[in-house]
Amino acid sequence: MTNDADQNVNVENPTEFESATDYTEQTAENGETVVVVESPAQSTVSDEALKAMAKKKKISKGEIKRQAVLLIFSFIFVVYGIVFYYLPLGGWIMAFQHFKLRKNFFDSLFNAKWVWFKKFQFMFEFDVLTRAVEETGSVFKALKTWVDNAMFIRTLRNTLGMGILNLVSTFVMAIVFAILLNEVKNKLGKKLVQTISYLPHFLSWIIVTAIIRDTLSNTGIINDILRAFHIIQQGDSYNFFMHPGWFWPIVAISNVWKETGWNAIIYLAAITAIDPCLYEAADIDGAGRFAKMRYITLPGIAPTIIILLVMNIGNVLNAGFEIQYLLGNGIVQKVSQTIDIYVLEWGISKSDYSLGTAAGMFKSAVSILLIVISNKIVKKTGHGSLF
Amino acid sequence: MKLKKDEFAMNYGNSHGDGKELTPDEIRRLKRLARKKTMRMDGAGWAFVICNTIFLVIFTVVTLYPVLNTVAYSFNDGLDALKGGIYLWPRKFSLESFKTVLNIYGFVTGAKITVLRTVIGTLTSLLANALLAFVISRKRFLFRSSLSLFWIITMYVNGGMIPVVVLYKYLGLTGSFWVYVIPGMISAFNVMVLRTYMEDLPDELEESAQLDGAGYITIFVKIISPLCKPVYATIALFVAVWQWNSWFDAMLYNRLKPEYTTLQYELMKLMSSVSHQSGNAGSHATQAAESAQVTSVSVRSAASVVTMVPIICVYPFLQRYFVTGLTIGGVKG
Repeated sequence: MTNDADQNVNVENPTEFESATDYTEQTAENGETVVVVESPAQSTVSDEALKAMAKKKKISKGEIKRQAVLLIFSFIFVVYGIVFYYLPLGGWIMAFQHFKLRKNFFDSLFNAKWVWFKKFQFMFEFDVLTRAVEETGSVFKALKTWVDNAMFIRTLRNTLGMGILNLVSTFVMAIVFAILLNEVKNKLGKKLVQTISYLPHFLSWIIVTAIIRDTLSNTGIINDILRAFHIIQQGDSYNFFMHPGWFWPIVAISNVWKETGWNAIIYLAAITAIDPCLYEAADIDGAGRFAKMRYITLPGIAPTIIILLVMNIGNVLNAGFEIQYLLGNGIVQKVSQTIDIYVLEWGISKSDYSLGTAAGMFKSAVSILLIVISNKIVKKTGHGSLF
Repeated sequence: MKLKKDEFAMNYGNSHGDGKELTPDEIRRLKRLARKKTMRMDGAGWAFVICNTIFLVIFTVVTLYPVLNTVAYSFNDGLDALKGGIYLWPRKFSLESFKTVLNIYGFVTGAKITVLRTVIGTLTSLLANALLAFVISRKRFLFRSSLSLFWIITMYVNGGMIPVVVLYKYLGLTGSFWVYVIPGMISAFNVMVLRTYMEDLPDELEESAQLDGAGYITIFVKIISPLCKPVYATIALFVAVWQWNSWFDAMLYNRLKPEYTTLQYELMKLMSSVSHQSGNAGSHATQAAESAQVTSVSVRSAASVVTMVPIICVYPFLQRYFVTGLTIGGVKG
């Protein structure tokens, strides 16, 4: 079979020929395997020649001289990147040491006591789990005891739980809002609603948490409404922050309140990019409003939704700090503390740098794992991917 | 609503029956007719429009009310505000809370530092991001792809809080103003937005300038930057909002340096003192805690208003910029 191809193409060495040729296996109807050899067209060769020429041109002396300034800038940016982004990664060594701050950086890094996985052992408290398994005999009960007693495991659960709840609720709300806003025909009204919807995004979490607290306080509007509908007695008030069950929903609602309008921007842009012919065709076929939303708008923005979903899944663990830190209190701390708060408490307040690093390292690792997995899944479904 | 079958045949089938194609003019007329038919609203259509309007009105009210309520509280007398029942308008007008806020020493320092960090931080960050994006977007640059990979990695992997804190300590950034400016100067996301925009500009611009003997710096300053004004505005807005709203860095690095406090951090201290009191009030309500709260409710609101007013005044006019920026960033990842 190679002989056939050899006649078509003028190739100097066989290895180059192999790489340049496409073998396609096709099963013929009678079950025999037929190998089809596609010979590279003459034009690809000339393309390669052009590319080689371009490559030669690239490294010409004049070009290097001209690119010197770019090289200098790149060098500065790489140094900056190494210092502020890559050196902290090197700091992960601290997770395996008992790190103490000393005057000299190298002194503190190299003369620190190596404790290897002790910090991770302390963090995960596997002994609690194994003991619970022995005592209860049931893995599920043991897991519950583990979550209840091991602080880090609890913060992991809280971070994941709130992260997923926030992700789902903000995503759904933004998409629903974008689709419904798109249906508004009045241009001025649309613009006004949209402008107002961005507003909370520009407020800091400090202000947002203050607003949430005011809204839910005994003189706030929610308690007024509850009193008006006689759900609670006159003169009485319901303190949402004294009930751990309310904490996760409050965090999710705050996120929805803050980010819905902002997140909808991308979807609205994606909706405007949909070919209007599709809507016209649907009109002619007699499609109703909901049919058009379901079969044109939603599929039209699906690629955007998927890309954003993949991007945000990697951020699930990062989303749990400011609001939980600002809204949490002693009564709800079992459900409010997240990994970042754990890091802050142990690493900064109690100065156990190594433990804080270990927790942060675990978080980073899980984040990367989440991105890679979700990216793989999306690639499989064939909706494009991040990388 | 659906077009009836015979209507459709009448509109779109060939009425002459002689197999001749319809002229474009005819098609356009028929399409318009069909659209008119579907656009004419029936009961379900009206029901949808009404429900949608109600939903969007509720959405707008829910978004706006808490903010307006805060404003109303801030203009109300502190003692009177404690009784509650203030919704959109102050009951007993007073500017006392604002005076109190402006007399808190840290607040004035914080305002100065916040303005300073927003201005300096935005300018340096814009310059650095634009320059890096310019370098990465030069199609003939030798290390283009490796440099871009170097920065993309930083988007996904980070060292975490503690190594960063330790690093800044040794770099001498802790306890200085520059901790607000230097570490966050380059953000890979912003660089990618800028790069995408710059790559879409025609290559001929650069080529013809090079033929005229212009170096890369001239090309950046005189040719690329003027064309990138809209996307520069976007990035400047993103960075400025982030700088204005940051509080955690002030708490983490400059807690012991009151001269470098920021507006948001001062606000946070104010809020947490109040929440602490109300948290205690649940278990053992004391007169002292109550009276401490008297001033705080409207003072807190006034502080919030002072902090959010600059951004609220600016953002509606910059809408088209952040819409473009987000669209570029979202589509290209």
